[in-house]
Amino acid sequence: MDHGEKRLMDKNQETLFVRLIPFFERYGILLLILIMIAVLHLLQPDVFLSWRNVTNIFKQVSWQSMLALGVFMVIVTAGIDLSVGSIIMLSLMGLAIASKAGMPWYVVMLVAPAIGFLCGMFNGIGITLLRMPHPFIMTLGTLYIFRGIGNLISGGVPITGFAEQIRVIGNGKIKLDAFFGEGAREYIPTSLILMIVIFFIFWIFLNHTRIGKWIYAIGGNPGAARAAGINVDRILIVVYTLCGFLAGIGGLILAGRTNSAYPNAGLQSELDAIAAVIIGGASFFGGRGTVLGVFAGVMIMGILRNGLNLMNVSVFWQQVLIGSIIILAVYIDVLRRQLATRT
Amino acid sequence: MSDNLVLEAKSVSKFFGTITALQNVDLHLNKGEVLGVVGDNGAGKSTLMKVLSGLYKPSEGSLFFDKEKVTLNSPRDSQNLGLEMVYQDLALAGNLPIGDNIFLGREPTRKVGPFNFLDHKKRKQLTEEHLAKLKINVKSADQKVEELSGGQRQAVAIARATAFNAKIVLMDEPTAALAVKEVGKVLDLILNLKKLGVSVIVISHRMDDIFTVCDRVMALFQGTNFAESELKNTSRDEVIGWIMGKKD
Repeated sequence: MDHGEKRLMDKNQETLFVRLIPFFERYGILLLILIMIAVLHLLQPDVFLSWRNVTNIFKQVSWQSMLALGVFMVIVTAGIDLSVGSIIMLSLMGLAIASKAGMPWYVVMLVAPAIGFLCGMFNGIGITLLRMPHPFIMTLGTLYIFRGIGNLISGGVPITGFAEQIRVIGNGKIKLDAFFGEGAREYIPTSLILMIVIFFIFWIFLNHTRIGKWIYAIGGNPGAARAAGINVDRILIVVYTLCGFLAGIGGLILAGRTNSAYPNAGLQSELDAIAAVIIGGASFFGGRGTVLGVFAGVMIMGILRNGLNLMNVSVFWQQVLIGSIIILAVYIDVLRRQLATRT
Repeated sequence: MSDNLVLEAKSVSKFFGTITALQNVDLHLNKGEVLGVVGDNGAGKSTLMKVLSGLYKPSEGSLFFDKEKVTLNSPRDSQNLGLEMVYQDLALAGNLPIGDNIFLGREPTRKVGPFNFLDHKKRKQLTEEHLAKLKINVKSADQKVEELSGGQRQAVAIARATAFNAKIVLMDEPTAALAVKEVGKVLDLILNLKKLGVSVIVISHRMDDIFTVCDRVMALFQGTNFAESELKNTSRDEVIGWIMGKKD
C-alpha cells in the first residue's frame, strides 16, 4: 500500500469516526444503560431482569424522576433548585394532614401538587423580584424553610395511613392477565405509566412550544432572550413553579408508595436529582440537555443502586461509586466536547 | 431634501442628570442609503442610536419615521415601525441553531386544537429563504450559532434584524470583533441590504468600512453635529480629522 492510498484510508476512517460523534452524543447514554443491564444480568442472571426486580426499579425511580425533571428545567436556565427535597417533604406532610383531617381523597390528591406549585412559585418570585444574586442562595434558604414548615405542621412525627386511591398512584399494579393468563403475577406499576406520561408532556413542552424554546434561549444567553423581547423573569418564575409542581407530584407518588409521611422524606434527594441531570448530559452552565437524557440519568442511578444492593455492596461503597460516576460522566462529556469542536 | 426620507431626527438632545450626551443633533436617512456615523468615544454615537431605536427617550427634539412624528416608548415600538438594531454584543444564543436565533421571540407556530406548537418545518423554510436572499452561506440552518465564526455570527445577527422586513437597520461596530478575512463578507452583506432597498446606519471606527459601504458620513463631536458630507466629496484624512475635532 503506497503512501497516498494510506492517507486516503486514514481520511475515510476519520470521517466515519467523526460521523459517529453525533450518534454517540445522542445515544451514547442509552448504550451505557444497555451495558449496565448486560453486566448486571450476567452477574445476577436469576434476579436482575426478573419482572419483580425491574418493576421495583421503576417504582423506586418514579418519584425521584419527578425531582430530576424539574431540576433539569431549572438547570437548563443556568439556575439551580436545592429545595426540591424539602418541597417533596412539605407536600407529603400537607397531604398527610389533609388526609388525617378527613378530606375526600380527590382533595387530598390535589394538596401535594398544589403545595409544590406554591413552593416553586415562591422560589421563582424570590429569585426574580427580590433580585437574589444566584438561585443557589434563594433555594438554599427555602431548603431549610420548607422542611422546617413541614416539621412544624406535623409536629415532627410520621403520619401514616392514606386512602386507597392515593396509594394506587405510588403502589398500584396494572394486571397483565390478558397477556400472561389468569392470575399471572406480572404487572405494570401505575407510577411507571405516570412517569412516562409526565416525561412525554414535558418533552413536548420543552421541544415544541415557544416557552420551551425560550427556556433554552435563556440558558444560552439571557441577554439575547431579553433583546428578543422575551420576559425573562416571567419565564424563570414559570420554570421554578413547574419544578416545585413536579416535586409535589413526586410527593404524591411517594405518599402512595410508602403509605406514610415522615420527617426525613426526600432528605438529600435534591442532590440525587442534580446528579441524575448531570449524568444525563445536561450542562451546568445552562442551555444544554434533553428530557431523554434526564430519563437516562435517572435510570442509571436507579439501576446502579439496585444492582449494588442485589450484590450486597455496602451503602458506603455505593456512595463512593455514585460520586465517581458523576465525575466520570462529566469527564467523558468534556472529552466528547473537545473531540466535537476540534477543527 | 429628498422625497425618500425614511428617518429623521430633529434637534435631539439627551441629558443624563448634569451630563449632556447629545445637544441639538440632527440626522436624516434616505431609502436605500447607507449612512456612516463616526466620532470619538463619548461623542454620543451610541446614545443617538439608542434614541433612534427607542431604548432612550430624547430629552428634547423629535423623531420622524416616513415623515410622521413618532414617540418611541421601547425598542418594540421602533421594531413595529420597521427599525431594527444589531447589537454590538450580537445578542445571539450560542446553544440554539441559526433558525431559532433568527426567529427567537417571533417563532412561527401552528395550532393543534387549543395549543400553539412550534412549526419547525416553516421556521427552517423561512430561514433558508431569508439566508439565500441575503446571500449568507452556512452549512445548514440547523447549525448551532456557537459553531460559527465571528463573521458568520455577525451575518446571523443581521439576518435576525432583517427577517421581518426591516426598512432601517442600525449597526453598532459591525466589524469590530472580526478577523480581517471576514470583514469583507459583512461589508458585502451591508451592500446587499442596500440593494434590497434597506436603509442602514453604520457606526464604525474603521475608515475602510466607512469608505467601502457608505453613501454619506456624519461626524459627532462632544454630543453635537460636527460635520457631514457625501462620501465622494470627502477623504479619509478629512474624516479622521473630524473624529478628532479638527475642521479645515
